[in-house]
Amino acid sequence: MLETLGRTSLAVVGELGNFALFAGRSFASAVGSRKLGRRIMRALYEQGVRCLPVIVIVGLFTGLVLGLQGYYVLNRYGSTSVLGELVSLVLIRELGPVLAALMLVGQAGSALAAELGIQRNSEQIAALETMGASPYAYLIAPRLIAAALSFPIQTAFFSLVGIWGGFLSGSWLLPLSGGVYWSSVHLAVKPADIRECFLKAVVFGLLTTAICAHNGYNTHRRSRATGARAVSASTTRAVVVSSIAVLAADYIITSLLVGT
Amino acid sequence: MTATIPAPAASAEFLLDVRGVHKRFGDLTVLGGVDLTVPRGQVITVLGKSGTGKSVFLKCLAGIVTPDAGEICFDGHALNAANAVARAEFRRRCSYLFQSNALFDSLTALENVALPLEQTTQVPNAEIRERCLEALRQLELERFRDEHPGQLSGGMQKRLALARAIVTRPELVLFDEPTAGLDPLRRNSVFEMIAKYQRQFGFTAVLVTHDVPEALAVSDRIALLDSGRMRFQGTPAEFARSDDPAVRAFRDSAGALRDTIAAVRRGEAPPSEDFL
Repeated sequence: MLETLGRTSLAVVGELGNFALFAGRSFASAVGSRKLGRRIMRALYEQGVRCLPVIVIVGLFTGLVLGLQGYYVLNRYGSTSVLGELVSLVLIRELGPVLAALMLVGQAGSALAAELGIQRNSEQIAALETMGASPYAYLIAPRLIAAALSFPIQTAFFSLVGIWGGFLSGSWLLPLSGGVYWSSVHLAVKPADIRECFLKAVVFGLLTTAICAHNGYNTHRRSRATGARAVSASTTRAVVVSSIAVLAADYIITSLLVGT
Repeated sequence: MTATIPAPAASAEFLLDVRGVHKRFGDLTVLGGVDLTVPRGQVITVLGKSGTGKSVFLKCLAGIVTPDAGEICFDGHALNAANAVARAEFRRRCSYLFQSNALFDSLTALENVALPLEQTTQVPNAEIRERCLEALRQLELERFRDEHPGQLSGGMQKRLALARAIVTRPELVLFDEPTAGLDPLRRNSVFEMIAKYQRQFGFTAVLVTHDVPEALAVSDRIALLDSGRMRFQGTPAEFARSDDPAVRAFRDSAGALRDTIAAVRRGEAPPSEDFL
């Protein structure tokens, strides 16, 4: 029992160390890498533009549900006039960054882990090494930089569409005045809320992209599976660990910011 | 920054000198003290049965796999003791042609060939494009420059991988089973291609293959890897004359198979375990 606990703890610490080295090497390798801009643009398209429809759809339905649930709860206390405040703050501070990150993990993160896993299995990563090129600079750094740029934009889209969804629920389907809703939003949202939203988006973007890339890149180190099964296992693990990391990081950031 | 691999010593007649390379995976000893010398400008073929560690040996030469013991000297200087800059210099002078080609599916043929120059040199973009188009032209792939690897045939993919390997003008090219999975006609054309471009560019080549007749035709030297060691090293003529049982088994494999099949059909003898 104690031996198993010790072995597991050592494995977790070792994995965290590997992950930190991986992320550090990836960022360091970006310095002086040729045609990095072109690869960042490609990653922005894959991780950003192609994921936008999902972000907009999920954001809209989240806002619609929040508006609906919020209205009936607030109606019990005669406070439907603060529906805009409820929807906007919940989306900007919490649900926007968290749900957008989870959606992006599901679409772009899983694709990244699978792509890197296949590139590992088909020896494309080994080919880069034999050329003397850095796989970190070529494959990972552009994805991390693109994530740091695209996650805040997508989170902003998610939150804006969600707030608009709350308006649809409250003022189109339910009898709340549109003016009351938007005025409540206007009075509630402060620059600090926007900063918190963007800070979380950047942290979640870097964290989840690094986790997905790390899992895909190390597909060959999965001792219990090989070939397609190793890619499948790495992708699943990437999505699960990233999702947990988003929620854990969200709690840590929120607890740090609430005090200030 | 200057490379730390010094100018080759005058006595370094061997571009590669491998001594006592060992490699184990868990309890399995794959290489148990492999020695090999590769003279400059020659084609040397490493033969051996499947699973004898030929690809592992080639990966040790390329630096993809780290040997547990032994020394690999490139141009008179040990790679084991080399620092990162010296290793980068070795990689600049050496190319590796993977059995699977290892081409990037998301890049066009031209982009694939340009990759090593773009990522490892400061050659201007215009010159990179010119050199890549020249490499594609030499391998008769120029009109496919905008195609992706998935749109090319197996033989064309092999040529594209070779174009990527030679575009950096390497001194040493390592070929890992370059004809695996190809039909006899394409197999011949790959060996012709290797011979032609080795003569044209003057690189030193180390091939790993199972194709004995073709290897004898294209190589200056033959080596046979058996039970984790080099059982034989010599010229094709010496290989043809050798009395070593392992060499004979390889050399006469086609005739031996014919005899065994004939015996099986007559119901006289079970197939030898060597063929299973």
